[in-house]
Amino acid sequence: MSENANDGLSRRGFLAISAATLGGVMLAPGIRLIEIAGARAPDEPASKNVRWGLLIDTNKCTPGCDDCVKACATENGLKSTGHPRTEPQWIRKVEVKDTRSGRGNSVPVMCQHCEHPPCVDVCPTGASFKRDDGIVLVDRHICIGCRYCIMACPYKARSIVFQAITGQNADVPRGNGCAEGCTLCVHRVDRNEQPACVEACTRAGHNAMVFGDLNDPQSEIAQRVAKYASTHIRADLELNPGVRYQGL
Amino acid sequence: MNAKWIGASAGRVASVLCLLALLLPALAFASDRVPKPVIDIANPGKCVEDTALMRREHPDLLKHQRDLTMHEGIRTKKYSLKACVQCHASKTTGSVLGEKGFCQSCHAYASVQIDCFNCHEAKPKPASGGNP
Repeated sequence: MSENANDGLSRRGFLAISAATLGGVMLAPGIRLIEIAGARAPDEPASKNVRWGLLIDTNKCTPGCDDCVKACATENGLKSTGHPRTEPQWIRKVEVKDTRSGRGNSVPVMCQHCEHPPCVDVCPTGASFKRDDGIVLVDRHICIGCRYCIMACPYKARSIVFQAITGQNADVPRGNGCAEGCTLCVHRVDRNEQPACVEACTRAGHNAMVFGDLNDPQSEIAQRVAKYASTHIRADLELNPGVRYQGL
Repeated sequence: MNAKWIGASAGRVASVLCLLALLLPALAFASDRVPKPVIDIANPGKCVEDTALMRREHPDLLKHQRDLTMHEGIRTKKYSLKACVQCHASKTTGSVLGEKGFCQSCHAYASVQIDCFNCHEAKPKPASGGNP
């Protein structure tokens, strides 16, 4: 399927092509337009060669700071329903403490975008699925709201919507009776932007979150994962999540 | 009653039904007693396909696009619901829903539920841009 003939070489398309050409070129020693070089055209499907991931440095994550949570709510149109106990929660801050040493960590937890997602295993309709680039999503067109995925997820990352919703963000359709969770801001990723939480964290100067392609050895996230010790939550489950934590 | 006779009568019934299906819309439009849908196009211009094709096939086009976007991340604008809303939202209410809304008026006339807007936004996104 292609765009109209007029749109054949739109401004964005042109920019993407020029960026892709430029991206391979070293701008200065050690600096490459890596992010833009990986840019995908709107008519190009998500690639199997990409594995989107997040690296969260818990040493830089301040207890009590909820910039990422707020940014997520704004970006995805998560509004308060007046029933806090049943409100969908895409990302939450968890405070953990080692009881022996007293060392504490503040950890943002969202869908961990597993390589072997239990939510996909249990979904009776195929609504819960993993995209080729590793992003785990709910196809609400198929979701019957059975809540199996909510029970299966070891990270408590899925919620169900109990109320009819109006005034959604046009990029993030969501509605009553469907399971949902962090989408890694797939609508932003598809236009070569970073997830809202990462952007907010960086903008506020915390720099606790890095987003990128774990499969691209040139990407910042892959280099940091290769250099510094990082771990998964519940690594014992061997689900190989795309979200990694440093300093836990 | 033999099988041949049943086959022939089924064929006759089917042909009558087809004829009725063809005639009924014409009859309905001809009658003044039947309220007609408001087809108010806020931004007159060229749709992505011919009107006849759009009237008949828009659910299939949307459904095909929806699966491509959801599962493969293909976000072309041509058949996207967001692009429909962008162009077809009423200038007065800013929505494709409502009594005279482009989608709802026709769907109410045809008595077909639109579930799209239980989840999707029926108003266009503000001019800041973004993908469909």
